[in-house]
Amino acid sequence: MRNYMKLEIPSKSLNEAFARAAVGAFAAQADPTVEELADIKTSVSEAVTNSIIHGYRDTVGVIYIECEARVGKTCVIEIIVRDEGVGIPDVERAMEPLFTTAPDEERSGMGFTVMQSFMDTLDVISEKGKGTTVKMSKKINAGISDDGY
Amino acid sequence: MNCEIEQVGGALVVKLSGEIDQHCAEELRSDIDRQLDIKHSASLIIDLGGVDFMDSSGLGLIMGRYRKMKARGGKILLARPTPAVDKLLELSGINKLVGRERTK
Repeated sequence: MRNYMKLEIPSKSLNEAFARAAVGAFAAQADPTVEELADIKTSVSEAVTNSIIHGYRDTVGVIYIECEARVGKTCVIEIIVRDEGVGIPDVERAMEPLFTTAPDEERSGMGFTVMQSFMDTLDVISEKGKGTTVKMSKKINAGISDDGY
Repeated sequence: MNCEIEQVGGALVVKLSGEIDQHCAEELRSDIDRQLDIKHSASLIIDLGGVDFMDSSGLGLIMGRYRKMKARGGKILLARPTPAVDKLLELSGINKLVGRERTK
């Protein structure tokens, strides 16, 4: 069974909690464990926060979130978080643990590391001035069977 | 996010509950730092027992307080992280820098 949802939110920090709660509620149909659900919610929070504080740093833009659930013997949740902000000039460098462009603001520089560790796949597509798309997926092992039970 | 702060002996005890993300991290940071400066606390204990969600904004908050306490010759301890929060602390390496308060 396939299912999907799409969400658009303004890049306001107030919406971080809403975004992760919405994706968490969507992912619940795959019957994740508490740990799997926490991993998904944390990764979504990281991606959305990046769009807010880096992508749309001095402005408010739109963050697009898409989720797809493939629920069967093996369940997979795929999540895309996309913005049309300033983009990342050097994705490889940005993904290094502890790398931050704003050390004075006490950013940990662990956002991408968290996403990489907590999800099974992570793809970051970005270019300076052309926004950023984060694609990630996680296998959920405790899902229901193909016949729906 | 709820934050209760009290001075117990030489330690400033910060009891956090709810969710820690970038939205609330700045306010938490200034509340804790203000009390640290007023009370001149020798140590800082952050009780994470009531925190049911934290992302890397919380790591930034803890690392910042670690640096602040280290700069003034004090220490910081973390108490009662949930398994999800502890997984994040472990990933970041903070557990190697910051001690753990053994709570009752």
